Amino acid sequence: MTASTRGRPANPLRQGWSRISELAAAHHSVAIIVGMAIVGALLPVLARVPPFNQFQPFNAWLDGYSNAGTFVLLAVGLNIVVGLAGLLDLGYAAFFAFGAYAYAYGASPFSGNDFPFLPMLIVGAVVAATFGVLLGAPTLRLRGDYLAIVTLGFGEIVPIVFLNAEPYTNGTNGIGGVYKPALPWSPPFDIVQFTLLNPWPFYVLVLLIVTFTLIFTYRLQDSRLGRAWMAIREDELAAAANGINTVTTKLLAFALGASTAGLAGVFNASKLTVVSPDQFYFQVSFTVLTMIVLGGQGNIWGVALGAFIISILQQTFLKQLNQFFQAINFPAINLGPVTIDLQHVNFTEYQFLLFGLALVLMMLLRPEGLFPSGRRRRELHTAEEGPEASPTGLDASGELV
Amino acid sequence: MTAPTAAARPRVAGPIRLGRNARIAVASVVFLAFFFVFIGPQQFSNALTLGAIYALIALGYTMVYGIIELINFAHGDVFMTGSFVAMTLLTRIILPVTGLTAPIRDVVPLLLVLLLVFALTMPIMGLIGVTIERFAYRPLRNAPRVAPLITAIGVSFILQNIALIIFGPASVNSPQLIAPELNVSMAGATVPYINVFIVVLAVILMLALNQFVGRTRLGRAMRSTAQDREAAQLMGVDLNLTIAITFFIGSALAGAAGVVWGLYLGSVKWDLGFNGGLKAFTAAVLGGIGNTTGATLGGFVIGFIEVSAASKGFSRWSEAIVFAALIIVLVFRPAGILGQQLGERA
Repeated sequence: MTASTRGRPANPLRQGWSRISELAAAHHSVAIIVGMAIVGALLPVLARVPPFNQFQPFNAWLDGYSNAGTFVLLAVGLNIVVGLAGLLDLGYAAFFAFGAYAYAYGASPFSGNDFPFLPMLIVGAVVAATFGVLLGAPTLRLRGDYLAIVTLGFGEIVPIVFLNAEPYTNGTNGIGGVYKPALPWSPPFDIVQFTLLNPWPFYVLVLLIVTFTLIFTYRLQDSRLGRAWMAIREDELAAAANGINTVTTKLLAFALGASTAGLAGVFNASKLTVVSPDQFYFQVSFTVLTMIVLGGQGNIWGVALGAFIISILQQTFLKQLNQFFQAINFPAINLGPVTIDLQHVNFTEYQFLLFGLALVLMMLLRPEGLFPSGRRRRELHTAEEGPEASPTGLDASGELV
Repeated sequence: MTAPTAAARPRVAGPIRLGRNARIAVASVVFLAFFFVFIGPQQFSNALTLGAIYALIALGYTMVYGIIELINFAHGDVFMTGSFVAMTLLTRIILPVTGLTAPIRDVVPLLLVLLLVFALTMPIMGLIGVTIERFAYRPLRNAPRVAPLITAIGVSFILQNIALIIFGPASVNSPQLIAPELNVSMAGATVPYINVFIVVLAVILMLALNQFVGRTRLGRAMRSTAQDREAAQLMGVDLNLTIAITFFIGSALAGAAGVVWGLYLGSVKWDLGFNGGLKAFTAAVLGGIGNTTGATLGGFVIGFIEVSAASKGFSRWSEAIVFAALIIVLVFRPAGILGQQLGERA
């Protein structure tokens, strides 16, 4: 067996790949930058080739990528809280809202301010993180499922407050005319100008923000803090016994997760140019939760990919689905009092049915997600493997908790 | 072993010492008197009715939590489904077959139709609850705690969207069997009969539940499972059956709440399970989750908080106030009003 492998002439492609993955492991940040650059270059190409160019025009694709980027940011941020630290946060959209409203106050005719975009990006992240700490400080003592409900309640309160505090938030209509990012110099080409019709600058901008966030979260995950999060997720009592300050560690997870949502909020507000309470209801929190459950909690690339795929599906394919049923002339199903006619169903309205099915099936069949992190998978499968196979302090790779 | 100590007492309501009962009764009377003065007799009757509905839903949350420590996130949507099942039964089957029209003014047919609706809807919802438990929660009984919570969220979406697909996004009219204009004057308020009916029905169901849990063999199995699952199994308790029965009863009560919701408000909507469920959960937590008496009290407290907020001109804030109450209770007294202060929960 070994002899045959050794005897085979070295595959230069395989050798090259192993060299690349070695390099990538050694220089994580560089690898992420290169990877994102490749992805960023490939996606516009993909939108031009069949069958994808049949679905929608090129600019719509590019715009869709930018929207997907917002969800990638949200998913990567929620992954810190849910995937790494194991705290189920069902009100994550609240922090998205704080980022968006922070930008709307900083740069819109409603407030009369016009601060530049980049500082506001930081302000949005800081505001969201502050609220993350404010919510987290009193509630993080609670056990998992109670925390989930508290965050759910918080996530419900925040849009209600933004809705009802009319003098400050313009109520239902929200804050409109939010300024787009402006370049500090006058651009030589129209293509780099932030306008409603030009999707390129937002696409590049979101790529940059996502790249930065990915580097940031990867470095966090491999840091002492990241290991502390995973230790808390796996066994809070044992983590505390080993000298981890669980309160501070969990608060940091909340704050850093929230700050990513803040970034997403600022970006989304500047892109949509309008911020209103209905953008931040619990549906957003649950969509992001579905994304990370599907993608594979704890695996940064997995949740990013899950978020990207789901939001692209949501934006493009669901819209096409009833055209598909019309094309194949799918018959209406008559069930006595009710008729189910898939040809006239607006599937984007029922995406939560699909999300619900996905959540149930994933948890039952593959709780670690489509692109799992090895560590999380072992944790989720300990119950069926029995106590002998339960993870010890040491990883398979010898990584110490 | 020795007699159970206070800390080891069953979390599903069992026989409670008289002194404690008396304290609860006094506190309840003071609470009711305060709200009677605060919001006036008319709103008082509304709050009592709404509270009774929340209490019925909250019982399901608290029973399920008591026995398998799962926040059954889909429970609110079981309530919503119950309201649709009752509406469909009435409009498609019961009323057409009997030839009656919506407000039934004769007492005997009215009672018969009501009996029929409850007798059909409650078992249907109970079976739906058992099915949900079988397929979405039982396979995950030994998984990390967050796993069944996520499937519960999934089930909640599925139920909501089934209702959405079948009945559409708008509110659907539900027949108000008891004419809403029929009322009785009491204590300075004109109280519609439907309000009286709902409160009386809720009280009957809660007393029946209390007797069931406290006096029957299955109730004892439920209490022992809640207390120590493994020990109960060793004593011959059929775990799966007991948990299934818990889900059956909880979901049937949510179904009853769904029926009265349609009768009370005359319309049902696909998304009423979310807020209704969250408020009922708040009620369960407020009363001390796992404690059926507590869930009942919590339901009424939430009803009073909500109606007070609405009647004092804060109706747009009433939900925010209820959720804020949830957060405050969980932060300062996570075991609720009647729950024991358990170390791990805090």
